[in-house]
Amino acid sequence: MATANIEVSETPLVLYALRRADDALILGHRLSEWCGHAPMLEEDMALSNIALDLIGQARELYSYAAKAEGKNNDEDKLAYLRDVRQYRNLLLVEQPNGDFAQTLVRQFFYSAFADLYWRAMMNSCDTTLAAIAAKSEKESAYHLRHASEWIIRLGDGTDESHARAQAAIDHLWAFTGEMFAVDDGERVLIHAGIAIDPGTLRGRWLQTLSDVASEATLVLPQNDWMQQGGRVGRHSEHLGHLLSELQSMQRTFPGLTW
Amino acid sequence: MATPNTPLWEVFIRSRNGLAHKHVGSLHASDATMALQAARDIYTRRGEGLSIWVVPSTAITASDPTEKGMMFEPAESKIYRHPTFYEVPEEVGHM
Amino acid sequence: MYTQALNTAETDDRGLEDAGRAAQFQARIDAEERIEPNDWMPAAYRKTLTRQISQHAHSEIVGMLPEGNWITRAPSLRRKAALLAKVQDECGHGLYLYAAAETLGTSREELVDAMLAGKAKYSSIFNYPTLTWADIGTIGWLVDGAAIMNQIPLCRCSYGPYARAMIRVCKEESFHQRQGYEIMLTLCRGSEEQKAMAQDALNRWWWPVLMMFGPPDSTSQHSDTSTKWKIKRFSNDELRQKFVDATVPQAQYLGLTIPDPGMTQDADGHWRYSEIDWTEFKQVLAGNGPCNRDRIAARRKAHAEGAWVREAAASYAAKRAHRQTAQAAE
Ligand SMILES: [Fe+2]
Ligand SMILES: [Fe+2]
Ligand SMILES: [Fe+2]
Repeated sequence: MATANIEVSETPLVLYALRRADDALILGHRLSEWCGHAPMLEEDMALSNIALDLIGQARELYSYAAKAEGKNNDEDKLAYLRDVRQYRNLLLVEQPNGDFAQTLVRQFFYSAFADLYWRAMMNSCDTTLAAIAAKSEKESAYHLRHASEWIIRLGDGTDESHARAQAAIDHLWAFTGEMFAVDDGERVLIHAGIAIDPGTLRGRWLQTLSDVASEATLVLPQNDWMQQGGRVGRHSEHLGHLLSELQSMQRTFPGLTW
Repeated sequence: MATPNTPLWEVFIRSRNGLAHKHVGSLHASDATMALQAARDIYTRRGEGLSIWVVPSTAITASDPTEKGMMFEPAESKIYRHPTFYEVPEEVGHM
Repeated sequence: MYTQALNTAETDDRGLEDAGRAAQFQARIDAEERIEPNDWMPAAYRKTLTRQISQHAHSEIVGMLPEGNWITRAPSLRRKAALLAKVQDECGHGLYLYAAAETLGTSREELVDAMLAGKAKYSSIFNYPTLTWADIGTIGWLVDGAAIMNQIPLCRCSYGPYARAMIRVCKEESFHQRQGYEIMLTLCRGSEEQKAMAQDALNRWWWPVLMMFGPPDSTSQHSDTSTKWKIKRFSNDELRQKFVDATVPQAQYLGLTIPDPGMTQDADGHWRYSEIDWTEFKQVLAGNGPCNRDRIAARRKAHAEGAWVREAAASYAAKRAHRQTAQAAE
């Protein structure tokens, strides 16, 4: 009794918005899994705030994608009725929460990128995207600060926290390359001034990472072999489970309003 | 090793420019930076603030309520400190 | 309510304390003055409040679990954001309340430890499972509705920090019940299947919600002490009746049937409900509800798995303080 997947006409602009929307939704969803289970109440509040920011970003980006597509899709159809092969998020954000160190390192890698990315996107000649970027940049800046402070405390805390933080960095490193990759469709948008080239941000991103890592007495891996595939729907096994939970209501009860 | 209790902080928020910071509550945090972040995440979720102070609860020195009489009652009889104590004829106008 | 196990105030041991101070204290209460943390107070007042406020705090925190169970499955992005914000609010409520309890001299750590050890109670309602999405609507509508009914008078409680925390909580609560009712309304205007889901949820939650107000006045002991101290301003049965009277028309509007065939409306408009199964209530409070073990296990797990994080933060703070002192000494 599963509901069929929707079809999406992935023009470069639609695909562009979907990719960012999927990043925000999947990461927001992951963070929301912490709600009620964080190491301290204060952190429960913080992680939920970040999750809410990201879900808000996802909603705006989905709505924009639906509008750009001009078919009958909307934010909920895009979120709830595409399967794992149709999702376009980074592999990084779908990685499981693991322990608190893994969650915070994932957040740190992503937010250090998102902060730079949205700041640059504020100059997009697409006014909707520029407005979404302006809002998201402020949110990401705070997410980055929050994550950085934790990385420093975990890295320079106890032997155990140091080991856990280092293990998380080593584990997640291979998922960071995908953030800077660009395909042909996106290159068209970059030339048109609608999108920006993330490759140009890598130097500053690395600088942020190494500044924080050195204060945290942690080391960044040297290996540059990077996992890819999320942007074209070739995901890790984790995403399917996440989606089966996220989409369970819409799939079980097709076509209803909630 | 037993972890010490996480320190308690008092949170003060200025809701609008021109107003003083006002005590809004407390929270636990390991240090000042974390306390400030937590205060933002807990006490300004509905746009309640423009500025936050966090103060270690242990840094507050409070007056002793049993000394209330000695501390505050002597001020009550000094009615000549208030403008209404003085009579100015109505014809003089507002003063 | 969230402190329903506690209609047993501490026995009055004022005899041991300065009788004059106790009389002065009661006079302040009678004059509607607020008691503040550094004020003298009878040991029994302190103990009763510490227990009540911390039970209330535990209820908010444990209460995150049944609703948290649906955050990852919320059926639309709008519902997902609202539910997450709502459950996060409950965390905030727990946090404000622990802080209020701490002003009475017991640390949050001690209070939490008592809960994790199974020595402190929390509201029986959170020991029931959330099985369908309609449970989320029902909890917002009825559980938050009942909580608000109980919390509004607590905004005038004689203990200042508790009253202030409740004012903040009540302000935040105002969207919780509305989002729950909106979910119910959507279900009741939806398909037959959705309406059946709503009715099923109401059937399961109705009686446990009535139990939230605590044992009937005829059996609750020492409630008079709490009343005398102006911690409690209405009796359990008074609040329960107010809640039922407010809820029946809301259910009628939804087109749902309250699962109490014996319910009648009397001449002055009050809805008279049937006998509540107090045996079930006692069993749930004693730890035998459907989810008691799961709830405590989830809180213990979060606490245990968070220990290394709290240790790391403490250790970093100590190092930083040490470095700052060393720098200052140079
Ligand atoms: Fe609640
Ligand atoms: Fe609450
Ligand atoms: Fe609530």
